Amino acid sequence: MLKILKYSFYDLIRSRWSYVYFLFYLALGFVLLFLNNDVSKAVITLMNVIIVLIPLIGTIFGVMYYYNSREFTELLLAQPIKRSSIFMGQYFGVAGSLTLSLVLGLGIPFVLYGLLRSNAIFDFSLLLITGAFLTFIFVGLSFVIAISNENKIKGFGYAVLLWLFLAVVYDGLFLMSLIVFEEYPLDTFSLVATALNPIDLSRILILLKLDISALLGYTGAIFKKFFGTDLGFLISIVILLLWTILPILGLRYKAGKKDF
Amino acid sequence: MKLDVQHIKRILGFAFLMGFQIGLANTWTVCSTCENSSIKETILRAAPYDTLLIEKGTYKEFEILVDKPLVIKGIDYPIVDGEKKGEIFRITSDDVTLDGLFVINVGVSYTKDNAAIRVVQSKNFLIQNMVLEQLFFGIYLEKSSHGKVYHNRIIGEAVDEYNSGNGIQLWYSSDIEVAKNHVQGTRDGIYLEFSDRITISDNVSMNNLRYGLHFMFSNHDVYTRNTFENNGAGVAVMFSKFITMKNNTFRKNWGTAAYGMLLKEITDAEIVGNIFEENTIGINIEGSNRIKYADNDFISNGWAIRVVGACYTNSFKGNNFLYNSFDISYNSKLNDNVFEGNFWSSYTGYDLDKDGVGDVPYRPVKLFSYVVNRTPETIVLLRSLFMDIIDFSERVSPVFTPDNLKDAQPLMKIRP
Repeated sequence: MLKILKYSFYDLIRSRWSYVYFLFYLALGFVLLFLNNDVSKAVITLMNVIIVLIPLIGTIFGVMYYYNSREFTELLLAQPIKRSSIFMGQYFGVAGSLTLSLVLGLGIPFVLYGLLRSNAIFDFSLLLITGAFLTFIFVGLSFVIAISNENKIKGFGYAVLLWLFLAVVYDGLFLMSLIVFEEYPLDTFSLVATALNPIDLSRILILLKLDISALLGYTGAIFKKFFGTDLGFLISIVILLLWTILPILGLRYKAGKKDF
Repeated sequence: MKLDVQHIKRILGFAFLMGFQIGLANTWTVCSTCENSSIKETILRAAPYDTLLIEKGTYKEFEILVDKPLVIKGIDYPIVDGEKKGEIFRITSDDVTLDGLFVINVGVSYTKDNAAIRVVQSKNFLIQNMVLEQLFFGIYLEKSSHGKVYHNRIIGEAVDEYNSGNGIQLWYSSDIEVAKNHVQGTRDGIYLEFSDRITISDNVSMNNLRYGLHFMFSNHDVYTRNTFENNGAGVAVMFSKFITMKNNTFRKNWGTAAYGMLLKEITDAEIVGNIFEENTIGINIEGSNRIKYADNDFISNGWAIRVVGACYTNSFKGNNFLYNSFDISYNSKLNDNVFEGNFWSSYTGYDLDKDGVGDVPYRPVKLFSYVVNRTPETIVLLRSLFMDIIDFSERVSPVFTPDNLKDAQPLMKIRP
């Protein structure tokens, strides 16, 4: 598995797309800091970028890589290697290289602009950690979609649809249901609904640090417990971990059963 | 004629006697080993305008009545311990000075407002450099005027509202200066009821259960350069007129009903040059008219300004709104307030003629703030892409927000 991971990783590191991705974040970081000149404000703007773009890029990249390396995968499958290690290797290769681009691309400008001396460092690291989680989650989901669909167009379609659903449509439905059922106590429901969507969950995780004063404005014991203590932070991290593990398990299961 | 001369003589004699007394005002030293070992008894012996020097030690006394003009001065902070039995100092005479005492253990009562220092119907008093701890009420000024409460430290340990008192309370008092005090851990840090022409400056009021500073039915008061931090609500101004609030700092008032400043039924006030930082709600406004908000900084609040209802003819000019989750939340479709020349960190317009003023008006009320007002749980959707899209479409063509609620001249650069 490690060997395949290494091959995938180096293959991707050398590829043009990784550089584009890396340069995109590098430019984004520099431009944001140049325009704002204030690290904490830039962190807020970055959050919007991260919770929308990272899932999108993770999904597209994952599907693309899987379909492109199909022939290589089939060649590997002919060798006496465990199936799970082939797919795990590829998965970690893609997710790892994307995460590396993200961390370096954003990290370099922020470090140059004096992040280490600013007290926004914790917010910023949280942002990167959340970004890494989202990358792993969405690359995993896209691999599952790609492995279940032989048809490339269909696979791409489903992957983009998944992103669209989780990033936009889900929140719309969520909002509608909150307004329709506003007569009922909704705080548990809203927290559970948030946890069921990794994008929402990462958003809340970052908001816990950035907008805590607004989040505490709502009167509700469960909200207060969730947002007012470290409990919310811990629960969010644990659920994000679950979200990361589930697609991996799904991938292993699918890979084990699939007839190539 | 004769009678007149006698009269004059008598007056002269009286004046001479008074002069004699003032000129030879005695100084009494109180210490545990001295002849005078009790503050209470020494006050009985002292003549008006005498000075009492209290030396270092512990004096277990309460209900000390100061009924003549005296200067009571502590040396190296002697401790006056009320042993939780009741009120400690009660001042009923004019021209009394209390200076440098450490007063502890005021008795808690559910029927009487026991205070560490109570001033009743007096003028020209001075209370300074006092340290009050383990208290119920701290300094209670009742129907008094022309006094000064300066540089005191009041540290309470209030847990519940019903059995705690206020740090500094003014009741039916006027023309008093409250300056450089530090109040923490009480119910209301400073509380004014029916008190006019009070000046409150350079105080720090923090960690109080209810409000840092609380006005009720008090008019023509001024408070400047105070800091209010981590209180239930920073400052509550209710049912008062002509209050001036300048250069204060309101920080970290967090919670479900926590405000930097709560305005209720206020008219003709001025709120200038204050800093509101990291409060759940910067200013909560209800039924307040003709108020001028200028040159304030609203930084990283949940809601910078929340207008609850019935607010007319207010003007918001030259304020900075920086990184608040919501700049303004509004609950009606009517708007009679003016927003002009403010800086909004979320303004995205442009300035083609380069006059420093944006060419496109800024609409500070987001649709999302209406949604949150209606269904508070939706706050978990804060900053989501869906909400941004909806806010954007509302901004392009307002349906729910008042059409004229906008800043037509938003600043391009932050006001320094």
